[in-house]
Amino acid sequence: MAQLFPRGSNAFARVSIVAVLVVVGTGLSILLNTNRLHYTTDVQVAKKQPVPFSHKHHVTGVGIDCRYCHTSVEESSFANIPPVETCMTCHSQIWTESPLLEPIRESYRMGNPIEWVRVHDLPDFVYFNHSIHVHKGIGCQTCHGQVDQMPLMWKVNTLNMEWCLECHRAPEKFVRPREEVFNMTWKPTDEQGHAVSQVALGAQLIKEYDINPSTDCSTCHR
Amino acid sequence: MSNRKLTTRAARPLLAAMVLCLMLGCEGTTDIERLRQEMYNQSRFEPLEKNTFFADQRASRPWIKGTVARGQLRTDAHLYTGMVNGKPAETFPFPITRKVIQRGRERYNIYCTPCHGYRGDGRGMVVRRGMKQPPSYHIERLQNETPGYFFDVMTNGFGAMYSYASRIKPRDRWAIAAYIRALQLSQNATLEDVPADVRERLENE
Ligand code: HEC
Ligand code: HEC
Ligand code: HEC
Ligand code: HEC
Ligand code: HEC
Ligand code: HEC
Repeated sequence: MAQLFPRGSNAFARVSIVAVLVVVGTGLSILLNTNRLHYTTDVQVAKKQPVPFSHKHHVTGVGIDCRYCHTSVEESSFANIPPVETCMTCHSQIWTESPLLEPIRESYRMGNPIEWVRVHDLPDFVYFNHSIHVHKGIGCQTCHGQVDQMPLMWKVNTLNMEWCLECHRAPEKFVRPREEVFNMTWKPTDEQGHAVSQVALGAQLIKEYDINPSTDCSTCHR
Repeated sequence: MSNRKLTTRAARPLLAAMVLCLMLGCEGTTDIERLRQEMYNQSRFEPLEKNTFFADQRASRPWIKGTVARGQLRTDAHLYTGMVNGKPAETFPFPITRKVIQRGRERYNIYCTPCHGYRGDGRGMVVRRGMKQPPSYHIERLQNETPGYFFDVMTNGFGAMYSYASRIKPRDRWAIAAYIRALQLSQNATLEDVPADVRERLENE
């Protein structure tokens, strides 16, 4: 009886073992890295909003503190998006004719909500809490970037798990004094205002604030 | 051979069906970030999310009239309304310490400075951009006003000024009232009476 497979198939069989590994490996790493891409996570992409609210104008131009609008960021998991009433504390008096603000005025008159487009949105299986980060001296800018320079809101970080862990494993690279959490342009300095290294200052603050972030899965996946 | 053909013929529609099933999750968008996010969203509601079940589509529900949430029982009229016997209270409902004044300064700088300015002269940033100018805290009428009056203005608003009750908790409102009193006193004092850290900021203005 003739052989079913020609002699050459041995080589083919050996190569195909390696080939399968290579193909599967490449496939997996493409999948994993796709998840990290700025393209898939919309990092640096300004989102179109129903009202073109500019943090640059309001924070840098007018000098309003984050907490004037994001009222619950210090004591709750949720930072809060301001209701239109907050906008109206000023815009009932100034720029009252601006067509850009018509949705705000209409919402205030009729009571229908403004549908802001979410920019930062963790998967629902992740637990995140603002208050602990604010109290342990992580600045808004560390996670959200130079918000005071954004005409429209965008993300500067992927919010991937590896990003959270990067800091939870080495918080000394990021912590700052509590009073500076809302400062958008903070640089590490000592009491006299001389520049110091972040890691040295961070190590000192970690002792002072008793910082010990957990990397247990159940911290973020409850 | 014909067996093999049969399987491929069956596999094709099966594969197509599977891809279709996956695409059903797309809900009419091709934005890759939205696709990713939609797979991550579970059928529970986060604060302020949209919920079509309710007429106003808000998942975060307003308080039902006449109900009191736990820890929200407000029986101390002095503390929560600023009124004593129907008149603005002349005293603070708790002792004013240095810590309270510091808290008051911090809260004042967040919520009041855009219009009233750091010194309370009514020349904040927003006023310079066209907001109605509020009176200075250092006019005689306001110097003679009671703490309860300032509490009331913050709680219920005053003329063109909106209420801040939803954003500033009652204790913080009292702390701000105390800090305004300190500002008023400092206006009649010399710079040397002011603590060093405050003085530096005043001088920089
Ligand atoms: C005058 C009110 C106001 C002030 C002050 C303000 N914000 Fe906002 N913020 C908003 C509004 C309204 C939105 C929603 C619209 C948007 O995303 O642009 C928002 C959105 C955001 C978001 C994105 C939320 C999302 O969808 O993921 C971040 C982050 C943020 N603000 C941070 C800050 C920081 C940090 C500061 C202080 C430097 C600040 N904001 C000051 C009103 C304000
Ligand atoms: C503390 C006062 C204040 C609050 C609160 C405030 N704004 Fe403004 N807003 C201003 C000022 C002042 C300007 C003018 C900006 C400038 O001159 O740089 C402005 C300008 C704007 C403009 C541009 C108008 C135009 O026609 O160019 C928009 C849009 C706007 N604000 C939206 C909002 C929204 C939305 C909110 C609520 C989340 C809000 N603002 C809350 C003070 C405020
Ligand atoms: C440790 C990183 C971190 C810090 C520090 C931080 N944020 Fe956030 N912020 C996030 C993440 C992550 C989300 C998305 C939360 C979600 O999807 O549940 C978010 C969401 C928000 C939102 C949208 C509303 C919400 O709560 O989901 C606002 C507004 C906001 N942040 C403002 C601020 C302000 C103001 C500060 C400074 C006091 C701040 N954040 C500090 C990580 C951070
Ligand atoms: C820049 C640094 C930094 C980043 C980024 C960061 N964290 Fe944290 N996180 C901290 C610090 C510091 C603490 C406080 C640890 C402690 O209690 O000592 C903390 C605490 C927490 C806690 C509370 C733990 C507890 O014991 O209850 C949770 C939950 C948490 N982080 C979730 C997250 C998630 C989810 C992300 C990513 C979306 C994230 N964090 C990103 C620094 C960070
Ligand atoms: C500091 C917070 C934090 C801790 C600790 C943490 N995770 Fe996560 N995890 C996240 C975040 C944030 C995401 C969402 C990532 C994204 O949006 O791509 C996530 C996503 C995941 C996913 C889904 C991956 C995906 O992209 O869909 C898995 C699985 C996971 N985590 C497992 C774990 C395990 C196992 C541990 C313990 C070893 C752990 N996590 C600890 C924050 C955390
Ligand atoms: C958006 C601008 C704005 C902000 C922010 C603001 N106010 Fe006012 N305030 C006004 C205006 C305008 C008036 C004058 C109202 C009028 O006469 O119609 C006023 C008036 C007052 C008065 C004087 C009432 C009288 O008898 O004449 C007091 C007291 C006062 N504000 C306290 C505060 C305190 C305390 C805060 C911070 C919690 C604050 N305001 C925040 C705009 C503001």
